[in-house]
Amino acid sequence: MDADATPLLAVRDLTIALPVGGRMVNIIDSVSFTLGAREILGIVGESGSGKSMTALALMGLIDAPGARITGSARFKGRELVGLPQRAFRTLRGREIAMIFQDPMTAFTPVYTVGWQIDEQIRAHGRVTRKDARARTIRLLGDMGVPDPARVADRYPHQLSGGLRQRAMIAMALSCNPSLLIADEPTTALDVTVQAQILDLLRRLRREYGSSVLLITHDMGVVAETCDRTMVLYSGTIAERGPTGAVFARPGHPYTAALLDSIPPLHGARPARLPSIPGSPPAPADRPAGCPFTPRCAYAHDACAVRPPLLPRGVQDIACVLPAEGRDLPARCVTV
Amino acid sequence: MTAPLIEAQSLRMEYRVGRGQVLRALDGVSLAVRPGEVLGLVGESGCGKSTLGRCLLRLARPTAGRVVFDGTDITALSERTLRPLRQGMQMVFQDSYASLNPRRRIGDLIAEPLRVHRDGQGRRRTAADIAARLAELMALVGLPQAALARYPHEFSGGQRQRINIARALALSPRLVVADEPVSALDVSIQAQIVNLFMDLRDRLGLTYVFVAHDLAVVRQISTRVAVMYLGAIVELGDADTVLHRPAHPYTAALIAAVPEPVVLPDGDRAPPLRGDVPSPIAPPPGCRFHTRCPIAQDRCRTDPPALRDPGDGRQVACHFPLAGG
Ligand SMILES: Nc1ncnc2c1ncn2[C@@H]1O[C@H](COP(=O)(O)OP(=O)(O)OP(=O)(O)O)[C@@H](O)[C@H]1O
Ligand SMILES: Nc1ncnc2c1ncn2[C@@H]1O[C@H](COP(=O)(O)OP(=O)(O)O)[C@@H](O)[C@H]1O
Ligand code: SF4
Ligand code: SF4
Ligand SMILES: [Mg+2]
Ligand SMILES: [Mg+2]
Repeated sequence: MDADATPLLAVRDLTIALPVGGRMVNIIDSVSFTLGAREILGIVGESGSGKSMTALALMGLIDAPGARITGSARFKGRELVGLPQRAFRTLRGREIAMIFQDPMTAFTPVYTVGWQIDEQIRAHGRVTRKDARARTIRLLGDMGVPDPARVADRYPHQLSGGLRQRAMIAMALSCNPSLLIADEPTTALDVTVQAQILDLLRRLRREYGSSVLLITHDMGVVAETCDRTMVLYSGTIAERGPTGAVFARPGHPYTAALLDSIPPLHGARPARLPSIPGSPPAPADRPAGCPFTPRCAYAHDACAVRPPLLPRGVQDIACVLPAEGRDLPARCVTV
Repeated sequence: MTAPLIEAQSLRMEYRVGRGQVLRALDGVSLAVRPGEVLGLVGESGCGKSTLGRCLLRLARPTAGRVVFDGTDITALSERTLRPLRQGMQMVFQDSYASLNPRRRIGDLIAEPLRVHRDGQGRRRTAADIAARLAELMALVGLPQAALARYPHEFSGGQRQRINIARALALSPRLVVADEPVSALDVSIQAQIVNLFMDLRDRLGLTYVFVAHDLAVVRQISTRVAVMYLGAIVELGDADTVLHRPAHPYTAALIAAVPEPVVLPDGDRAPPLRGDVPSPIAPPPGCRFHTRCPIAQDRCRTDPPALRDPGDGRQVACHFPLAGG
């Protein structure tokens, strides 16, 4: 996929600052990436790394008082940073849709799921109630909902977690958005249902031509779903690249350590899991220089200056090691 | 073989859920955990893992069946008679924040069980005894002594889980039931806490029942694994046997569904299991897994399979166990 040609979304130096204890703190610091048509880009990182804030900024949904968003995010050539709320409202739902971890936040409890999807369809085009319902049922069916006509007549709380998630995706897709932002869409689901939803997300680009920004803390979910992967740490990009390359040969010590700390499902059991000492700092306490320094096994003097994100092979890596000729070893894994 | 430390015999747990309906959260669960073992309990949400954990510690009273702790039938004991036994069995929960009173210092929170219970000689512990034990516990779980004077909100999720573990260990229990103790933690922190659980078992000779939905975490820590589905154990055996060569189609499906941090060619992915877990209020007749089982036969729809040994020491509830087993 040639993401450079005309990316659907081009984010440059996106920075989100919030007032914390009387001063402005960068929650997201100079994040840049592009997303091509029909591409699935994974944003992965631990809690607090800034995944959700990035997504909310793209949707115009950051409502924290005093928030300051700078940089640029061009969606189909149109600048999103600074876009008035009125313009965002027409964009949301029609061009950009979002799904969340908890589908209950997308639905109101007092109307049936079908009614709410019908309304969404009718809000964005002249459609009769009957045609809207036909489309709702088709969408639910496409999302793998068994007996979609009956499910449409149910209230959100009457559905299982998996069905609710499918219904939310159906609602998000109801206006054929070209960009779907999915923030931890499977985190609350059981693995068997998660596998179904990931299968569904992979199919979306084929059948709906949508691009997906998939946000997750789960490296396994990224590996199974995303074309390209971007690893966030403390509000900055640690590493990004094609998913296969990032997982075979992580270039940033954080990516490598994160992958190592996942217990293997196959092969020998390690006597101890390699773990990363400490925990990520709160945004106001991030160190100058490389934010991973306090936890990094390779930290040295050069890390006191924040390393820029530089290309190394097919990846981009924000670490001083590659320039010092000290690339990390490739990963060995047993499947 | 040594006698089990904790044993469940044909446990049933029923909840009345209105309109005369009964939800059978546990439907005849039997298992035994020997001293030093780590029994991993896996299965999808609502299958009864927490209910089983609570029954084993008699935090809930089963509708039918027996719970035997260290040779004593504790099923029907009153809270008063249970009390001395309670010191030997403790629980650690998933939500490290909810289980810590935010207005009390860590030192007070951990000291509470030491103040409530008497020591081995039946004496009340002195302030000096308690201070010494607190210092020991902080070292054991890898927290600085200064943490004792601070409040729960001053700690990260991983540190709070260490605090919960310290509190659970205060009275030197022999059995710890841990209910999803690492599920809310980020992977880098999760690895630290899994290692801590393993170290503590080695150093203190603890026995665990370790509830988790993450199969890789369970494999890392467990010596044996029980797989539950809709209130029943469908497979039980050595961790490596069950997770490397599953015999029950549900175990195999669970393993196949785990997204692994490895990039595979597209075709190498097994098709996901169909559908959701059925309602435990009206579980399917016959084999409870037949509505989702990829190899179900006619017999499975009417004839419930009993747990039996397919010949390699494990137990499987399936009429057609997989050849891998
Ligand atoms: N107090 C209660 N009243 C009614 N139903 C209950 C009660 N407690 C549990 N249940 C039901 O019993 C079944 C088993 O619940 P349990 O909490 O043991 O599941 P679990 O395996 O621990 O699930 P999870 O992975 O979501 O924690 C579920 O269907 C649950 O809804
Ligand atoms: N309104 C706010 N005020 C101050 N800090 C905030 C606010 N909202 C989010 N944050 C902080 O921003 C960081 C990134 O948050 P978030 O994007 O939600 O992380 P993620 O989704 O990666 O878990 C976190 O440290 C969080 O505490
Ligand atoms: S720049 Fe230094 S501290 Fe940061 S990841 Fe690289 S080696 Fe580690
Ligand atoms: S008894 Fe039948 S339905 Fe049940 S798991 Fe075995 S093959 Fe599948
Ligand atoms: Mg988030
Ligand atoms: Mg539970």
